[in-house]
Amino acid sequence: MTKPKLAVWKFASCDGCQLSLLDAEDELLAVAGAIEIANFPEASREVLPGPYQLSLVEGSITTPHDAERIQAVRAESEFLVTIGACATAGGIQALRNWADVAEFTRSVYATPAFIDTLDTSTAIADHVTVDFELRGCPISKEQLLEVVNAFIYGRRPAIPEYSVCVECKRRGTTCVMVADGTPCLGPVTQAGCGAICPAYNRGCYGCFGPAESVNLEALLNEWRRLEVDEATMVRALRTYNAYAPEFRDASEKLEASL
Amino acid sequence: MTAASILDRSDFDQLLALLVDEGYQPIGPILEGGRIVYGPIDSSSDLPAGKTDLHDGGMYRLVDRQDDALFGYNLPSDSWKQYLFPPQTLLWSAVRSGGSFSVNPPTSEAPRYALFGVRACELAAIDIQDRVFDGAYPDPHYGSIRERVFIVGVNCVQAGGTCFCASMGTGPELTDGYDIVMTEFIDEDEHRFLIRSGTTAGGDVLARLPLAPADPTDCSHADALIAEAATGMGRTLDTGGIKELLYENAEHPRWDDVASRCLLCANCTMVCPTCFCATTEDRPTLDGATAERWRTWDSCFALEHSYIHGGPIRVSVRSRYRQWLTHKLATWIDQFDTSGCVGCGRCITWCPVGIDITEEVKAIRTEEAAHAHR
Ligand code: SF4
Ligand code: SF4
Ligand code: SF4
Repeated sequence: MTKPKLAVWKFASCDGCQLSLLDAEDELLAVAGAIEIANFPEASREVLPGPYQLSLVEGSITTPHDAERIQAVRAESEFLVTIGACATAGGIQALRNWADVAEFTRSVYATPAFIDTLDTSTAIADHVTVDFELRGCPISKEQLLEVVNAFIYGRRPAIPEYSVCVECKRRGTTCVMVADGTPCLGPVTQAGCGAICPAYNRGCYGCFGPAESVNLEALLNEWRRLEVDEATMVRALRTYNAYAPEFRDASEKLEASL
Repeated sequence: MTAASILDRSDFDQLLALLVDEGYQPIGPILEGGRIVYGPIDSSSDLPAGKTDLHDGGMYRLVDRQDDALFGYNLPSDSWKQYLFPPQTLLWSAVRSGGSFSVNPPTSEAPRYALFGVRACELAAIDIQDRVFDGAYPDPHYGSIRERVFIVGVNCVQAGGTCFCASMGTGPELTDGYDIVMTEFIDEDEHRFLIRSGTTAGGDVLARLPLAPADPTDCSHADALIAEAATGMGRTLDTGGIKELLYENAEHPRWDDVASRCLLCANCTMVCPTCFCATTEDRPTLDGATAERWRTWDSCFALEHSYIHGGPIRVSVRSRYRQWLTHKLATWIDQFDTSGCVGCGRCITWCPVGIDITEEVKAIRTEEAAHAHR
């Protein structure tokens, strides 16, 4: 039996998510045993031609060229999985969606005329059909291995979509919002990180994006009770998953009220 | 009831040492990062001496006491469920051989825990989980841990801001089900425990401790302290006709009101000492040679929890909150012949937005009464 072929694609991103695959040192041999790593420039310069049975796509769409390239990737991929906050929500670079990109290019680049970029940073799913979205900034290595494993066996990945609070409680971390009055995005953020920040007495930053169902209005009301001002709330919602619809709508609503 | 004795604070560590000698791993309240949690204890210096906890809806603070009481707090956020029904349990593993495979139960031996500082409501919660896991289809994983547990109960002499065990008839005094029970007293220069056994195993341990006989005033002193706790509950819940009340009010507008506040974060179910929902996950290795089946805590607040053929059946916030509260306080009675709530107040304290089960029931009851009156 021929092994399924894996390709890893990069769009606008920092490479952190695809490196999680290389970071899976102990499991990498087993992965290579089960799937042919056919196109993964971070790992090997040898690139085998498509089609690819499994494509992992990192990064968001920020240039006209990338908007075309993702169509070609989709055409060559049987099962397309987006990995990380950039690919699933547009990433931190989606902050440009509320700003003037021309002004940014003028202040950053010596010759802005050479820069051919879009006004927005958008998720892969805004451009092509995505078969599965893996959240996180960065993604969790364990969850990535679970997705690859599930793909190989043709089963549904066991990636829970409930809140970070569930992970907090499972590990026995005392809630920082209740015990310290620290504002936390955990109740509206999807699990996956293992509730790292609350374990270090910090509120959750929302790296894994909105959970399956969220009630941001109720959470923000609680933040108000904790004396968090509206501008701080907007900043808290506009990080790695700023353009995930639930976070985006809530921050825009807040901004309108400022 | 066996006769009560007095254990001096200075001899408390002997009790711990005896249980360790018997092969138990003592688990009790410890201070961790400025909060009280349950964890392994080696000596009484691990216990949160001189600390107490303040509870209200969505609020917990740890503060100093005037004395050095070891059990002078009410409840941590975690419960004994963390040990008896752990957040994740290996159910079995499978090994492929040729064209077939064999299924093997977990090989590790169940731990022997001595639980220190079990409150009356918590013992009632353990009793409820016993009914759940030891019913028509006994669960061997829960059973193997549970049957080896040694319980050192401690009566509550103060009630917390979200406690309502008195309403639920589960506390504040432990009446049975413990191996040893204690009431802690501190007066003037004396720091002592009124102590008695509830089982032969408990009696055997007490027989090896340097105890003094208790006099009747000690017993009446303990009774008075417990009675004071009973009247100092931060919350109350009227349980009269509660099953019918909730069955008749499945369409009450209060469910929409609570839905506007609920985050669906599932904290209430995670901290509830009786909630027992779990899901299973299969974890095969990439080479297909072995696989494991794990059980992990789940929650009725998760969309996936109600997923059946065709989709999830409880999509709205309203339907998920209603499912939880109605199961806890009403359908549980039909299912297990007991309420699913022991009045520990954890779901109130640890709900990040302070949603209060007693307030929700009160609102439904009051509005229904007003309606009936019209
Ligand atoms: S610390 Fe944050 S993530 Fe953890 S339970 Fe509290 S609100 Fe939820
Ligand atoms: S429902 Fe709330 S008060 Fe009742 S046992 Fe569960 S956590 Fe405690
Ligand atoms: S009642 Fe509170 S703890 Fe429970 S899911 Fe709703 S917000 Fe979370």
